[in-house]
Amino acid sequence: MSQLLPASVRDNGTVGDRIVNDFCITFSTVNGSGSATANTILLKSLFRMGIPVNGKNIFPSNIQGLPTWYSIRLSKKGYLARVEMDHLVVAMNPATLATEMKFLVPGGVLFYPDDFKLDIERDDVVLYPMPVKRLVKEADAPQNLRDYMANMVYVGVVAQMLGIDLDVVYQVLDAHFKGKKKAVDSNWQVILAAANWAKENLVKCDPYYVEPMPPLEGYIITEGNVASALGAIYGGVQLTAWYPITPASSLAESVMEYLPSLRTDPDTGKATSVVIQAEDEIAAIGMAVGAGWAGLRAMTSTSGPGISLMAEYLGLAYFAEVPVVVWDVQRVGPSTGLPTRTAQGDLTFVNFISHGDTEYVILLPGNVKECFEFGWKSFDIAERLQTPVLILTDLDLGMNYHISPRFDYPDQPMDRGKVLWEEDLQKILEKLDGKWGRYLDVDGDGIPYRTVPGNRHPASAYFARGTGHDEMTRYSEDPDVWERGLNRLRKKIHNNLHLLPEPVIERLEGAKFAIVGFGSTDPAIQEARDLLAEAGFPTDYMRIRSLPFRDEVCGFLHEYDRTYVVELNRDGQLKQLLTMNFSECGSRLRQVSHIDGMPITANWIKERILLMEGK
Amino acid sequence: MTTQATPRTQVNLAGLSRADYKGHNSTLCAGCGHNSISNQIIAALYELNVVPENVVKFSGIGCSSKSPTYFLNRSFGFNGLHGRMPSLALGALFADHTLKGIGISGDGDTASIGMGQFKHVMRRNLPMVYVVENNGVYGLTKGQFSATAEVGLELKRQGVNKYFPVDICMEALVSRASFVARSFAGDPKQVKEIFKAAFSHRGIAVIDIISPCVTFHNKEDSFHSYTWGKEHEIALHDITYVPAREEITVEDFEEGSTREVTLHDGATIVLKKLERDYDPTNIFEALRVLYEAEQNNWLLTGILYVNPDASTIFDMYNLPDTPLNRLPTEKLRPSRESLDQIMEQMKF
Ligand SMILES: Cc1ncc(C[n+]2csc(CCOP(=O)(O)OP(=O)(O)O)c2C)c(N)n1
Ligand code: SF4
Ligand SMILES: [Mg+2]
Repeated sequence: MSQLLPASVRDNGTVGDRIVNDFCITFSTVNGSGSATANTILLKSLFRMGIPVNGKNIFPSNIQGLPTWYSIRLSKKGYLARVEMDHLVVAMNPATLATEMKFLVPGGVLFYPDDFKLDIERDDVVLYPMPVKRLVKEADAPQNLRDYMANMVYVGVVAQMLGIDLDVVYQVLDAHFKGKKKAVDSNWQVILAAANWAKENLVKCDPYYVEPMPPLEGYIITEGNVASALGAIYGGVQLTAWYPITPASSLAESVMEYLPSLRTDPDTGKATSVVIQAEDEIAAIGMAVGAGWAGLRAMTSTSGPGISLMAEYLGLAYFAEVPVVVWDVQRVGPSTGLPTRTAQGDLTFVNFISHGDTEYVILLPGNVKECFEFGWKSFDIAERLQTPVLILTDLDLGMNYHISPRFDYPDQPMDRGKVLWEEDLQKILEKLDGKWGRYLDVDGDGIPYRTVPGNRHPASAYFARGTGHDEMTRYSEDPDVWERGLNRLRKKIHNNLHLLPEPVIERLEGAKFAIVGFGSTDPAIQEARDLLAEAGFPTDYMRIRSLPFRDEVCGFLHEYDRTYVVELNRDGQLKQLLTMNFSECGSRLRQVSHIDGMPITANWIKERILLMEGK
Repeated sequence: MTTQATPRTQVNLAGLSRADYKGHNSTLCAGCGHNSISNQIIAALYELNVVPENVVKFSGIGCSSKSPTYFLNRSFGFNGLHGRMPSLALGALFADHTLKGIGISGDGDTASIGMGQFKHVMRRNLPMVYVVENNGVYGLTKGQFSATAEVGLELKRQGVNKYFPVDICMEALVSRASFVARSFAGDPKQVKEIFKAAFSHRGIAVIDIISPCVTFHNKEDSFHSYTWGKEHEIALHDITYVPAREEITVEDFEEGSTREVTLHDGATIVLKKLERDYDPTNIFEALRVLYEAEQNNWLLTGILYVNPDASTIFDMYNLPDTPLNRLPTEKLRPSRESLDQIMEQMKF
């Protein structure tokens, strides 16, 4: 037998209780080796077996040769946050073995290529060596695909040892390669050989098992950036201008991928939406603002460094009242920071972005379903309010696979806002005795009517500008005009906060304090609340989904002596904004900041809150 | 008592009078080169019978960039950010590709802060006229050196310029602009004819117009002054714009004395030879004469380069005939079934 049994197993000869569908397995590889396919196939196979799963990619800002980890958490209870420890490790990178050992639980499992020199001190680990080189060689894979095929070896071995249904693996493989027979076959051959080898040569002596669960009916699995892209497409996006940046690139790339099938006009065969890769983020936002001004549903997507560059244009869009949607898939800043790690550090910057008095509608999706939903709604809001809408996600939500209930088709028709075409303009001119002005608040809701270039009515044109202007768009430095204009801009947004997503509030019997969060921390907070409740501390929870804050936010904060604001930034940015807006609640807010660039865990939240509770 | 007949206002073929092409009164300094350019733009568009609603104006920031308010009140316009006009124009023109863009920029706006966007809008060949009102100085911020100022230029409070100037036409040429011209605000007739040709061109048409800043930079011996321009202008050719519907009559021009370039809309530019025979479709020649002009301290004006057939950014996209901003909402939201299908695929 080629494997070594851990001391505990050797001594009493049992493997203890079976641990089913409730553990974490981490794959350690070097980036550029093509492990993403292998990991995704395992993840999706587990999902197809009905097991709630989440995959987290911890990768370097590099193209080839540096350590990468991929962790899959299985949770029959449906907890989908990261966990701190691994139960199983597949070590394909000898350079990081020592690191892996630090995170492997006692009694944990290590799969590794049998030509590794194992230099580990622990004797409480189940070891499963795998003849990776031999199996790859036998598969007769071409030289350039050997590293990649090595990953398929672990797919087979792990599937066999955990009990992952090989038929499901085949189905997923087939779907992954979109039925391309050659690719499916060559991968499948290796997976099958590896699974057979494991069946014949390894004796199961670890407690970790996978068992099918009732199908996750109505569920899908996808990445946030794909969901966001689809949301935009179903929201009718017509122009996407972007500049590549991790972790936002796959958002625009997904738009490009789906546009030909979804947005080619069947009557004319022509495109109803265009994507332009700009020369930088200033140009990207410039194109989007130009398009938004001219009546297109326009957007751009970026991350920290790019959003910094967009500041000036966003101020112009705010002031000239141009609808535009901007996605910020956050990564760790300041500066170039950690491009491949996750954070929520852009909130205050985005809230105040650009000089002078500005204010932005900010949407904060907390899961992939909301990425889709806010993706289409953002255009309705932007066009209704004639203002930029910023949507903040992050690397964890955007680039990792998440399971989710199916997306709902938009339940409201598109709201194009107060746009006047030729006939509309004629009517309104007649109604107002010719006194229409682009910035005139006719309805008293702070939202004027706008015309767009291409309107051929001789009275439609106006001159947009970032300089002072009156209701009729004339240049003006008049103090009263300026003040009036600025106040109307505020009124326009604040009168219409009901258009923004309300906070999600969840309560538990006997809660003495509350937790507030936003975005990708939701699964960890949900799980932490269960842990806290088990420890005797039931909590209430509010997940904020938009800014400026709606009234419900203020109401909720007033209910508690202590509210823990959990977020992924050093300075407690959400807490800062809450304190600024609701100063009377400021002293009751407690900052819980997680800033190491890794997705937050439930255990960390629980421990931190208990510590701050003095427990 | 005699009744005086009110003289009928003269109109062009679009049925519009000159007043229909006017803007607000200029607030620039009296004598500023930029004003004379605005006037020629008005004259050119009137003579071209352009419908103002079919034009959109753009600009960056600067005295020059204020100009779009001084012509075509009946056209939409957007006075954007310093150096960032091209991106704004590009996004807006995608909304309605039947509109024609006119962008007005300055030498600071284009050759300093806006160099990046300037170069990229060239290579994308966005159909618009891109006018640089080039005075070698930052007018609006009161007289600092711009990137087109010549070496050795001395300006009040600024000292002596040490850096080599940017030649906007050369930059445009190497960035593959499909129409490149240089003119001089002190030569209004030429400005007008070049503008007409540029407006008829399908693609980006750059006109670098030396446009003196009378307030901060008009010393007789400096390159961007009226006096220097008048004394050193060398025109490559004498330009006559002939609209598509008019025939060129032979007797107008001596045989062999002209070159003609037919533009995309059927209009022809007739270039009458002056001292030299110049072929404006030869990019090497264009670069060569610019270099020669620089060596000899000439203000070389004329249509340096034109490629009437270059494909534009819109040719690279599969755009519908209907402007994108006129598409009804039902064309913009994919069907419920298509989402169901994607949801099925995402079960894997
Ligand atoms: C980002 C930014 N930086 C600086 C300025 C200040 N500024 C306004 S106009 C201008 C220079 C304009 O020069 P030019 O484009 O040559 O136009 P001119 O006034 O000479 O016609 C500058 C630097 C600004 N408006 N925006
Ligand atoms: S400062 Fe110079 S550029 Fe500006 S308006 Fe006056 S003359 Fe023209
Ligand atoms: Mg200037």
